[in-house]
Amino acid sequence: MKRDIILAGVGGQGILTIATVIGYAVVQSGLQLKQAEVHGMSQRGGDVQSHLRIADKEIFSDLIPEGKADLIISVEPMEALRYTSFLAPDGWIISNKKPFSNVMNYPDYEKVWRTIDDYPRSVLIDGDTIARDVANAKAMNIVVLGAASRHVGLPVNDLEKAIAAIFERKGAVIVDANLRAFRAGRAFAETHKHASTSG
Amino acid sequence: MKRMLLLGDEAIAQGALDAGLSGVYAYPGTPSTEITEYIQHSKEAKERKVHSQWSTNEKTAMESALGMSYAGKRSMACMKHVGLNVAADGFVNAGITGANGGLIVVSADDPSMHSSQNEQDSRYYGKFALIPTIEPANQQEAYSAMAYSFDLSEKYGTPVLVRLTTRLAHSRSGVEMQEARGENALRLPENKRQFVLLPAIARKNYDRLVKKQIDFDQESDLSPFNIYCEGSDTSLGIIACGLGYNYLMENYPDGCPHPILKIGQYPIPKQYVRRMFHECARVLVLEEGAPFVEEQLRGILDDNNTIVGRMNGTVPRTGELNPNIVAKSLAIHVTTGSPLEPRVVVPRPPELCNGCPHIDSFVDLNTVLEKFGDGRVFSDIGCYTLGALEPFNAINSCVDMGASITMAKGAADAGLIPSVAVIGDSTFTHSGMTGLLDAIIEDSPITVVIVDNETTGMTGGQPSHARGRLEDIVSGLGVPQQHIRVLEPLKRNHEENVAAIKEELDHPGISVIIQRRECIQTIATTKKEAKKHEA
Repeated sequence: MKRDIILAGVGGQGILTIATVIGYAVVQSGLQLKQAEVHGMSQRGGDVQSHLRIADKEIFSDLIPEGKADLIISVEPMEALRYTSFLAPDGWIISNKKPFSNVMNYPDYEKVWRTIDDYPRSVLIDGDTIARDVANAKAMNIVVLGAASRHVGLPVNDLEKAIAAIFERKGAVIVDANLRAFRAGRAFAETHKHASTSG
Repeated sequence: MKRMLLLGDEAIAQGALDAGLSGVYAYPGTPSTEITEYIQHSKEAKERKVHSQWSTNEKTAMESALGMSYAGKRSMACMKHVGLNVAADGFVNAGITGANGGLIVVSADDPSMHSSQNEQDSRYYGKFALIPTIEPANQQEAYSAMAYSFDLSEKYGTPVLVRLTTRLAHSRSGVEMQEARGENALRLPENKRQFVLLPAIARKNYDRLVKKQIDFDQESDLSPFNIYCEGSDTSLGIIACGLGYNYLMENYPDGCPHPILKIGQYPIPKQYVRRMFHECARVLVLEEGAPFVEEQLRGILDDNNTIVGRMNGTVPRTGELNPNIVAKSLAIHVTTGSPLEPRVVVPRPPELCNGCPHIDSFVDLNTVLEKFGDGRVFSDIGCYTLGALEPFNAINSCVDMGASITMAKGAADAGLIPSVAVIGDSTFTHSGMTGLLDAIIEDSPITVVIVDNETTGMTGGQPSHARGRLEDIVSGLGVPQQHIRVLEPLKRNHEENVAAIKEELDHPGISVIIQRRECIQTIATTKKEAKKHEA
């Protein structure tokens, strides 16, 4: 078993929380993990990414080779497209829909969405709206994780347990909100375009 | 045994704690910061009273660690690669004094300059100081390197350099813990003159250090960090240092057919190298950073035929390695996904946060300087270096910690008047104070703007040593009271701030303007923590 996942977003959008949840679930299940993060200068409103590698045997490289990622999980649509050179031919893109437009020359939104949509294995999800509807605005990243959860290579139960463990110190209300966010994201991906073509 | 998921930096910290560390000394710097932060947050370190407070700069950190080693305890100084330049005086001379208690210097290199001004390779410093260098290839090795290096340090009475690179420092993986051991007791050096580098004593110490090189060579040949792996296809042998080994193995999931020399301890293990050149027709050198090993192997009598690597273009001369670069160097088929689509992906450079006080400071300064024209603002290392970018275009230099003040002085000496320095509060206490003294002595016509956000912002908001004492420091050094101006960078104060800055620019001597408003990130964190305490 092997899963190579690129997590993408803009500094401050919460991709490291997604990494922490998956990481927790991986460690509990006894699989191997390597997860390279970006710290420092680029965190200030710049593009950030994390390489997350899961396998049942020794993982050597901390970085995913180009063309080998099984999955890109992005909390921002343009950032999802920044890493397509890493995506394997049969890899999936799961991206949040709402652009984070802090640059003057941010491309046309429709064009960005269409480009993601053109990937045969892709899900574009309005994580912000869903998060507000079922939980709170902050849970957008967990909605996106929910939408990606079928491709992470871990039992859904393990991911839910990880969410409960990671948010435990914030109290039961926050745990429940994030579980709702996760399930709503997962339900969306199951009922929307492209997602039905693969298991 | 306990297993934990740790960043490379955290593995270094936990490894040091388990190996009987009594104190860590450091100044924050990406990618090394998390080592010290881990120890600061460790319950066990708190119980043991392991020293972990930040130092003012890397030099003071290095010297304090040496002092703790003098007293017989195990100590560690941690820094980013360019920090080792700041600590270099103490570092190189610590090689000559030698250590008493185990002494480790950790330097975290940043090839590809993710958060740095250069990509210098700390292994040269290890060689320069004539001390052993350990370069772990993964998180587990980072952990075990610490007990190993303390032992090596105490066995030979020498400091040991541990070299990390960004991708290991900031990557997480499972690490198996070993049995923790106790700290050393207080024990003075047997020879009370060991640390007195008067020429007569230094010469003796230096002779001893030079003689130790034979021991260090032997240790390298026997080291568990240096491994020779057999391979049937000897048309090529591969020397892989640090992370280079990981990227190599990534490309051979079913095992590498070529002999491999995995290097994780220096001086370079000579016996293994001789064996590889005896067995193999050609040798590829894969190293993260500069062609440190390759250059030594080639020497000047190189036939330019046997050795391939960064120096002949087989591997790019600059930047960090990755699995694809290594694949190309081995002529292995390279996989790739769809290329980046420039129509839909544009660069997203880092930027100052919304509401950042530096934004107002730059707006103030730009307004005042408009009539003088561009090109007279010397700046420094910190979040405010982003003032170089759009929409501010406010600064003209960023070289090393503290250089803003001294470069402004030099430019003023040359006749560029007014010259302005923009420096952060933490950078000022790190390396700005001495330069300011130079400018005070000559009453140089420069204006030093200290953008005081009351924290070390860029590295994540560590406490600033300047907090609460900036005016006292500046005035104590000798800046006249009437030319120390404290302003608050806020939109509503713009007119007032502009007037004050203008007055000081017109003053034909030294003046210091403190633009003080707390970093919005640390305000948010402080608020969050206060709320947590209430709950």
